[in-house]
Amino acid sequence: MKNHGTSLVSNIEPGQEVLSVQNISLSFGGVKALTDISFDLVKGEVRAIIGPNGAGKSSMLNVINGFYHPQEGEVFYCGQKRNAMKPHQIAHQGIARTFQNIALFKGMSTLDNIMTGRFTHMKTNVLQHAFWRGPAEQEEIENRLKVEEIIDFLEIQTIRKTPVGRLPYGLQKRVELGRALAAEPVLLLLDEPMAGMNIEEKEDMSRFILDVQEEFGTTIALIEHDMGVVMDISDRVVVLDYGKKIGDGTPDEVRNNQAVIDAYLGVPHE
Amino acid sequence: MPNASARQLDTFPKYLISNAERLGSRAAMRHKEFGVWQTWTWADLLSEVRNYSIGLASLGVKEGTKVALVGSNRPKLYWTFGAVQALGGVPVPVYAESVADEMQFVLEHAEVEYAVCQDQEQVDKLLSLSDQLPNLKQVLYDEHRGLLDYDHTRLHSIDSVIARGAEELKASSDREAAWLQGIESGKGADLCVMLYTSGTTGRPKGVMLSYDNLLISSLNGNAFDKLDSSEEIIAYLPLAWVGDHVFSYGQFLTAGYCVCCPESSETIEVDRREIAPTYFFAPPRVFEILLTEIMVRMEDAGSVKRRMFHYFMGVADRVGEKILNGESVGLKDRALYAVGGALVYGPLRNRMGMTRIKVGYTAGEAIGPEIFRFYRSLGINLKQLYGQTEASVYVTAQPNGEIYPDTVGKPSIDVELSVSDSGEVMYRSPGVFMGYYKNDEATASTKTADGWVHTGDAGFIDDNGHLHIIDRAKDVGKLRDGSMFPPKYVENKLKFFPNIKEVVAFGDNRDFCAVFVNIDLTSVGNWAERNNIAYASYQELAGHEEVYKMVQGHIDQVNQDLSKEPLMAGAQIKRFLILHKELDADDGELTRTQKVRRSFIAERYEPLISALYNGSTEQYITTEVVFEDGRRGEISATVNIRDMQTYSAEPMRKSA
Repeated sequence: MKNHGTSLVSNIEPGQEVLSVQNISLSFGGVKALTDISFDLVKGEVRAIIGPNGAGKSSMLNVINGFYHPQEGEVFYCGQKRNAMKPHQIAHQGIARTFQNIALFKGMSTLDNIMTGRFTHMKTNVLQHAFWRGPAEQEEIENRLKVEEIIDFLEIQTIRKTPVGRLPYGLQKRVELGRALAAEPVLLLLDEPMAGMNIEEKEDMSRFILDVQEEFGTTIALIEHDMGVVMDISDRVVVLDYGKKIGDGTPDEVRNNQAVIDAYLGVPHE
Repeated sequence: MPNASARQLDTFPKYLISNAERLGSRAAMRHKEFGVWQTWTWADLLSEVRNYSIGLASLGVKEGTKVALVGSNRPKLYWTFGAVQALGGVPVPVYAESVADEMQFVLEHAEVEYAVCQDQEQVDKLLSLSDQLPNLKQVLYDEHRGLLDYDHTRLHSIDSVIARGAEELKASSDREAAWLQGIESGKGADLCVMLYTSGTTGRPKGVMLSYDNLLISSLNGNAFDKLDSSEEIIAYLPLAWVGDHVFSYGQFLTAGYCVCCPESSETIEVDRREIAPTYFFAPPRVFEILLTEIMVRMEDAGSVKRRMFHYFMGVADRVGEKILNGESVGLKDRALYAVGGALVYGPLRNRMGMTRIKVGYTAGEAIGPEIFRFYRSLGINLKQLYGQTEASVYVTAQPNGEIYPDTVGKPSIDVELSVSDSGEVMYRSPGVFMGYYKNDEATASTKTADGWVHTGDAGFIDDNGHLHIIDRAKDVGKLRDGSMFPPKYVENKLKFFPNIKEVVAFGDNRDFCAVFVNIDLTSVGNWAERNNIAYASYQELAGHEEVYKMVQGHIDQVNQDLSKEPLMAGAQIKRFLILHKELDADDGELTRTQKVRRSFIAERYEPLISALYNGSTEQYITTEVVFEDGRRGEISATVNIRDMQTYSAEPMRKSA
């Protein structure tokens, strides 16, 4: 099965809806992670999902990429209603993500790690790979070019052959972004891309996120705790608190939203 | 069009055309992109430069237009030189890492109308200055990253300009002939390029060099070292430095060799290993860093490797240079050296990307004798050269077989050399510059009416005809007791220790010599790791007691050495301190070519200097620092000061 995200999104104009969640509720046993949440993502925007710890942000990302299937509500992806999926279907729908805790293959080089992101674009089978000459070789050359373009894009030429386990944290995050980009995603989900970074690394990462948006027109949903970064780079922000949506709008609207201020600063209980 | 032999080759664009005819399908330029070396032949190069040049003409570049180049060693930036020169314009390369107001001065002074940048960073810098630069009309860039949604009324990508040129060429049949005609009308005496000297003192000065200056110097350089179209070099030095201009542009076109541009400034070591250049030019710092890295790695290597390394380096130290110089060496030593070649020297040379090196030069500053000998003993023909922007590089160079670590060689071809009564080195050559741009006063004080140039360096010519450089003439001072104090001489002696990165010596008009020291973070950091010394920052490591002890040991060694030299014995170091921050060009403490700006540092660290001379053992200081984007911060520290033992001067020994 081939990655079909690109074909799905091809008839969607920038500014039109790529994905929307409608009245989503998700619970694990008795714990309600998400309650009645609706919002949408339009093509080419940077959409931030923010909220205090335990607000349900990561669960929300997992619903978006189909890893969790909500008990109530519906997800529309590229205009089609999406049903529960098997893992291989999830991988092939054109949604790529990075993780809160880096999930790279530590012993493999940067190049190989990013190459794994090309997996859904490879068609040749085990036999062809065993024979190598011909289609398999041709395919590797094509995919290597894509990977090299990403290495160039993220300015990580120096660490091309370095095992990622030896890299500093900030660079590992960049490699992980590289792997997600290698899938040529329609929708890119970033779970705390700046966590644990210093100011300089954050500036670099923000730059890369904006460049991805500009150069590839990728729609990006990101979870981030650094409000300065969120307000700077996102087009629209969704705010969650205790599994409920308490705000949605441009950074300025959200910044002045009383419910959001209360959630972050706390309100006295009288 | 006249054929190649009849045409007089007196400008670089004419050389480009001739090379395309002569060397057509040979590689002229390479650039590593997407992990693979991309190649342009001489024919490709001519066609790219022609299209680019015609595109530039349609943007309004014409005879006399000044075009700034800001960026690192990218093929398209090198093409810009040729494309601008073909129209009679004047390229003005600028140090890419200069902060905005340094850049503003140069661009304003040079009356730059067009600027060609490498990427968004440089474009942003220029656009932020555009209000202060009324002459600036258009900005071009090489890499489009992040620039797509900028206002493109005054902004163009180099690719789009090249495409525009190609279209024009297609549209009109006589466009090419007109372009060639323009090149034919160029003369050797025309202004070829303006290079701004980094200025150890005061504002940078624009050195105007003609085609004749650069062509003759380049041709002489080629002849001196027998360089031809088979060479391959790697271009990594700043475009605005005369060394790079002659090496990667002047000699590239005159000899017709291949210039390779690295993937990025951080990948040079890997790229150099892949290319294995045959001709190499670097300031001593590059060789120092390389050697420090090798030594640090050897310390971490297994014991067998380490012992093998030390044993064979001993052999190389004894006979390597003699073999390179063609002197007679015993059979046993030759055999040992051959074994070492297979086991140690070969792999090391390969590691450094110096397997194919025919000749390597170091210039700009004095190189440590140990460092110099290390490379030569490995069989790398490293030589010293003394040059200036004002001379189109070459003043003196060491001929093959006449290598002494403390000299900078004999006068280069066509160069006349003399030492004035005051001890200042002077020269006259065909490479002598036309003058400083818009600065007749400085031109008159540097260049005499009959063409001799004051170098500003104190030196002497020895019995072999080799030139020795002591220091900047104006820096050579006197201690209060009248003994000579050449600060750089003292500094260099200390800097030759791998643990010490930078030194600033004081002593002129004072009672004794005292120094500021900057430790080398790579080398000392590794030492600290091996000795279980914990540190969190440069500042903390610099203030560590053990580090002070180590530096004390180095200074003691230097004092002993100085005491053996009758002229310099008075300049022994009595007190020192280790600075709490690294000296940095962004803070104005170093020039862009990493030379210490002594007077500026003296002013900035005034409290530390008074503490050195009033006997206190520590001093508190706050220093303002500038970050690359122009933000400012402050760091403060209490710096320790230590006393040193000095040795009485040894009586002068008669040399045989």
